[in-house]
Amino acid sequence: MDWQALLLSVKLSSVTVLILIPFAIFVSRFLAYRQFRGKSWVEALIMVPLVLPPTVIGYYLLVGLGSQSWLGQTLESLFGHQLVFNFSGLVIASILVNIPFAIQPIQRSFEAVPEDVRDAAACCGMSRLKVLFKIELPMVWPGVLTALVLCFSHVLGEFGVVLMMGGNIAGETKTIAISIYDSVQAFDFASAGQMSLVLLIFAVTVLAFTTSLSRRMGAGHASRRR
Amino acid sequence: MPQDVGDLYCQIKQDKQIRLDAEFVCKAGEVLAVVGPSGGGKSTLLRMIAGLNHPESGVIRYGERDWFNDGDKIHLTPQQRHLGYVPQHFGLFPNLTALGNVVAALDHIPKAEREPRAKEWLERVNLDGLPDRLPANLSGGQRQRVALARALAREPSVLLLDEPFSAVDRETRERLYLELARLKSQLSIPVIMVTHDLNEALLLADNMILISQGKMLQQGIPHEVLTRPRTEAVAKQMGLRNIFDAYVIAQEEERQITWLKFGEHLIASTYFDSLEVGAKVRWVIPNQGIRFNSIKQRRLCRSFNKLEITIDSMLTMGETVRLIASVKGVKHQLHAEVPLHYSNKIGLAVGVVTEVAFKSELIHILEP
Repeated sequence: MDWQALLLSVKLSSVTVLILIPFAIFVSRFLAYRQFRGKSWVEALIMVPLVLPPTVIGYYLLVGLGSQSWLGQTLESLFGHQLVFNFSGLVIASILVNIPFAIQPIQRSFEAVPEDVRDAAACCGMSRLKVLFKIELPMVWPGVLTALVLCFSHVLGEFGVVLMMGGNIAGETKTIAISIYDSVQAFDFASAGQMSLVLLIFAVTVLAFTTSLSRRMGAGHASRRR
Repeated sequence: MPQDVGDLYCQIKQDKQIRLDAEFVCKAGEVLAVVGPSGGGKSTLLRMIAGLNHPESGVIRYGERDWFNDGDKIHLTPQQRHLGYVPQHFGLFPNLTALGNVVAALDHIPKAEREPRAKEWLERVNLDGLPDRLPANLSGGQRQRVALARALAREPSVLLLDEPFSAVDRETRERLYLELARLKSQLSIPVIMVTHDLNEALLLADNMILISQGKMLQQGIPHEVLTRPRTEAVAKQMGLRNIFDAYVIAQEEERQITWLKFGEHLIASTYFDSLEVGAKVRWVIPNQGIRFNSIKQRRLCRSFNKLEITIDSMLTMGETVRLIASVKGVKHQLHAEVPLHYSNKIGLAVGVVTEVAFKSELIHILEP
């Protein structure tokens, strides 16, 4: 069992959700409530990581953020080190890949907040930020939690993008999924089996949890409609 | 902060999306009903007053202060308008208790005063026993009252009610009518109530505007709009079905009578001075202006405006009979509603030939 890889994966997942979820809350709210020209294009763009092979995303990130590109050079001068084959590069890649997993459930939850409630809140004199924190977030929290759990577990199991973008540097970019692959390559099936089991148990638990949450969310909406 | 009480002036025009064209005043202390069929733009109008939608052009003014003015590019947010708004489905915050819902609207007073004030308002709407209940555990009527308490606790400049009685059962509705009627006498602010139910306007409103397909058709006292609709469109919206053609044949200013020729009948109506003899007019008579002859006693024998009718069809609906009758010498049919007991008493039945009389004072000539 590669504890270092497991810890790195947990760290990567935690940092990713910490950055991604607050960002996703604001974007989802905007997409749920606002109608604008080109909205379906924006939504399609957000969904791209769902259908594109992770290696393709990884390739573009590698080329886009590498030291040969203009963006890579700018970011390198900003961060003081290059982003590819580095933990911060992995965070950026994980955030980009997980945008649909974060935005989808939160956007659906915001869409379920009745317009009457939002109107009443505005007419009660509440500022937009107050409406968000006092009224909307308590109503959409199952969606936020679902997004959080989905992103966390998805990052934990991410392989293609991580391999393309981060390579395989122990303690820096070698996550648990890569470690499993390494173990199999080295015919260390016991270690690969252990780590796979951990990920499997985690995935099943997470799915059971999110399913029960969406059921609760459905019940909540039904009672609000009553 | 509570604002000085003022009148609300509203002049809105827009052609795109939902068409709207309306101009009216709601005076302080007055309940103005916005009546019209569903999809006619009533709720949109209310949302524009609340600042939740922007009209394309126009002016919304409260007292001396412009809330919206497209010319001066003024558009105050709902927060800046400081109003009370009760949406159609009440818009209660599901995660907050009844008390929490009211407290949430009290940002304008010091924190220590909010809870006592909210409790006071819940008592005023007869909900003093339920402050800790979540909206999901309240009945429709109770939710409506929490929403009303929340809107009023803000000490709003204007109270806006969007179909306030549509989401509650009939019994609750009757009770809420009484409560709103009681509350009305205590409020000194403009109250605007959107409804599709003309009865609600008749019961609760001091004034009404009729809106259909985005256009304001008439403004006036509800009873007056009902009995004196300005145009045929208004008459139809008000549910009046007896709209007929006639010719003006004489004007008697002294006796204040306008004589109409309706088919082969002579009809005396109240005097309309603007009409010229010979003009073709459309006229209307509300149901309460039609009197049925007692077939046995022939009570109408000395009445004006007597017409012989043959009853073509009768439909009993609850305690009322709706009937359609042919008028002798006229191709039009007459629609009427008669209480069931009265219909039985005077012996109305399909095929029966009887007489009706139109009350002159309720005959109304419509504008072309």
